[in-house]
Amino acid sequence: MNKNKFLTTSAIVSMLSMQMLAAPVFASDIEKYGIEKDFAGTCNYAATDAKDYTGKTLNIITHAIPVIGEPTALHAKQFSKLTGAEVNVVHVPFGDLFQRIMIPFQSGKNAYDVLFYPSLWIGDLNRFLEPVPEYYQNSTGMQDVTVNYKGVATWNGEMLQYPMDGDRHYLKYRTDVFDDADVQAKYKADTGRDLKVPETWADYNAVAAYFTNKDWDGDGEPNFGSAEVAKRDDLMFSAFISRVAPFAKHPDVPGGFFFDLESMQPLVNTPGWVKGLELFIDAQKSFPPGGSNFGLGDEIFSFGGGQTLMSYSWDDAFIQAQQKDSKIRNKVAAAPLPGASEVWNRKTAQWDKFETPNRAPYITWGWTSAVSNISEEKQMAFDYLCFFSSESNTEHDLQIGRYGVNPYRNSHFDVSFWKDKLGWADKTAETYVSTLSGMDKSQNRVFDLRVPGVSQFMSAMAAGVAEAMAGQKTPQEALDGVADEWAQIVERVGKDRLRDAYAQVVDLEDNNN
Amino acid sequence: MYKAKYFFLLPGLMVLFAIIIFPLLFTIRVSFSSWDVFQPDLDFIGGKNYSRVFEDVRFWQSLLRLSILSIVSVGLQFVLGFALALAVWREMRFKRILRVLFLIPMMTTPVVMSVVWRTIFHESLGPANDLLLKLGLGSVPWLSDNLAAFISILTVEVWQWTPFMFLLLLAGLVSLPKEPFLAAAIDGAGPIRTFWQVTFPLMAPISIGALIIRLIEASKIMDSVYVMTSGGPGTATETSSYYIYIRGLREFQIGYSSALSLTYLIIMIISLTLIAKVLMRVMIGKEA
Repeated sequence: MNKNKFLTTSAIVSMLSMQMLAAPVFASDIEKYGIEKDFAGTCNYAATDAKDYTGKTLNIITHAIPVIGEPTALHAKQFSKLTGAEVNVVHVPFGDLFQRIMIPFQSGKNAYDVLFYPSLWIGDLNRFLEPVPEYYQNSTGMQDVTVNYKGVATWNGEMLQYPMDGDRHYLKYRTDVFDDADVQAKYKADTGRDLKVPETWADYNAVAAYFTNKDWDGDGEPNFGSAEVAKRDDLMFSAFISRVAPFAKHPDVPGGFFFDLESMQPLVNTPGWVKGLELFIDAQKSFPPGGSNFGLGDEIFSFGGGQTLMSYSWDDAFIQAQQKDSKIRNKVAAAPLPGASEVWNRKTAQWDKFETPNRAPYITWGWTSAVSNISEEKQMAFDYLCFFSSESNTEHDLQIGRYGVNPYRNSHFDVSFWKDKLGWADKTAETYVSTLSGMDKSQNRVFDLRVPGVSQFMSAMAAGVAEAMAGQKTPQEALDGVADEWAQIVERVGKDRLRDAYAQVVDLEDNNN
Repeated sequence: MYKAKYFFLLPGLMVLFAIIIFPLLFTIRVSFSSWDVFQPDLDFIGGKNYSRVFEDVRFWQSLLRLSILSIVSVGLQFVLGFALALAVWREMRFKRILRVLFLIPMMTTPVVMSVVWRTIFHESLGPANDLLLKLGLGSVPWLSDNLAAFISILTVEVWQWTPFMFLLLLAGLVSLPKEPFLAAAIDGAGPIRTFWQVTFPLMAPISIGALIIRLIEASKIMDSVYVMTSGGPGTATETSSYYIYIRGLREFQIGYSSALSLTYLIIMIISLTLIAKVLMRVMIGKEA
């Protein structure tokens, strides 16, 4: 071997060695963390592995484990391993999350680079958030996000939140009961009506009442008609909005569901809202024992555990029912939230009758993420979020119910994924996908009240509704009290400031975007 | 040299200032501001927050509810604690084991025990209703009925804090002089008479101390309400501390919740002072 040949060979060997040293470590990580495949995408494992954040620190605040907290920690660990960054994750219980995020912001302290929080807080947090750079808005993952969740992430025309979850309320029911010919015949004989998936809230209450305190699954224990999130201060406000929406969200009356946008007069005590509350109260007779004190966890295990016939809220109860060890796996289906045959028209101050029930899908708050605008590591923070919701990670997270990551991209509405990958029955998968994707297409949607002080508004509403549910006040008295308190909050926040914020919610609801 | 001794007090005074005086002064200042989720500055709005407190029906209702809950629960804790202390005061078998057993509830973390009690009172899955049904009795809506939920919270409070009362009263009983009891026995007094004429009066000072300490603690009931009922059904179990927590930390009305806290503090100082004086007069028969 002459000298030149030796040098050339040495150089090639050195380069190969260096390449091998620099070769992505992600392949082993993927197996280690249960990720099946590194799908192509802007922020996939290979792309993230190419970044070097050695010596830099990323601080993340998120919810407690498991919901959102567990995938946050998992992907933080992966990100750290791939990029060399030190990633600190702080887990906070839901009740403390808002103040833990807000206090550092108000005192100007750069405590966290990345935030995970409920998307409806955008009204309060928007001034502290960094807009998502165009590069990430054009990423493959972001391009696939549905129009609903891009809207949820946007404030004043700027995308401030990085979508990583999609949430909505929808109806869940037991197919083994609804599709059983004997049950249908008995129901018909007893009530004179056909047993159908409820199309209105009045139907829902009637069906739920019929199936309450009966052992219709034959396990020797009584079953019940409805499990609902009814515990005050435990997300009950969302359940109430779901029940009220079709009575108060008139498809032909734009300009506000919570307030009249022009006057900022609260609409919470108008007849549509009162009707929704009356039916919520009436439904209590179909709750399992203690159902009036059910928080989200109770609702998940009541429906998901097979105790109740129907339920409505986020995906969790449905996913719980579909766990591999569930006794009701593939005996559940999804449907749009029930509607209303009469809708309050606040312009004419009368009830309008609808031959086809009015539906008003509630795009209720879900988890979202964002980057602090005082972060010194914005680039790394966005890279982390992009990696968090990379195609591989998202597919992995969607399959684990306790993670709380639900479909929010067009590609998530592929029936074959749920059937082939997760083994869901045809009807379960098809109704799930069609219900969720159908909500995205609705022209009469209700969004959360994304304004400054949203917690005050929702807390006041939950307290009033709880008083009516407990029989301490009539529905009208309770909601009049809520309207009074809302008017005081409007005064404190400032009518114009609130109107500016609320106009953005109305734009989404009235399809002005 | 004489003045040098004050330097030795300095560390203690600094700690006192840092953990008591400064937070109190800061809370007073904040209570005169509109610090809120949308207004983070320490502005000055005069007494607006305080006038709002006086019009806040929900706060006054929660205070009334708290008063009933505190007085009833502390009263029950006193009776039960006294009975348990008397039971293990005299020589009896397994006295040492029983003393330790009685203290276990007090040593557990309130939030954890509230979760355990919530499970016990769970109306579908909990053992309380299971037991009642097995005994042929109907189930009880422990946490979803106004009165039952109030009683459930009361039960947890009594269960958790009776041992504290027991501990204080047992310490008092052990330290009592023997002569009055000997004199009562020589005079032929039975156990009931001895209790009312000798034990109870001798125990009055420590009983008052125990009652006041427990009333101060009970006026802060929060953990069990937070975990078990969230103040519901409706507002049936909403106490002042839980209400202030909602306004302050959930809704982030920092200025207003500071005003609520200070109003609550002043009411508590006045009412507990009055209660102590009344107890002194009733149980000892003279001013302190």
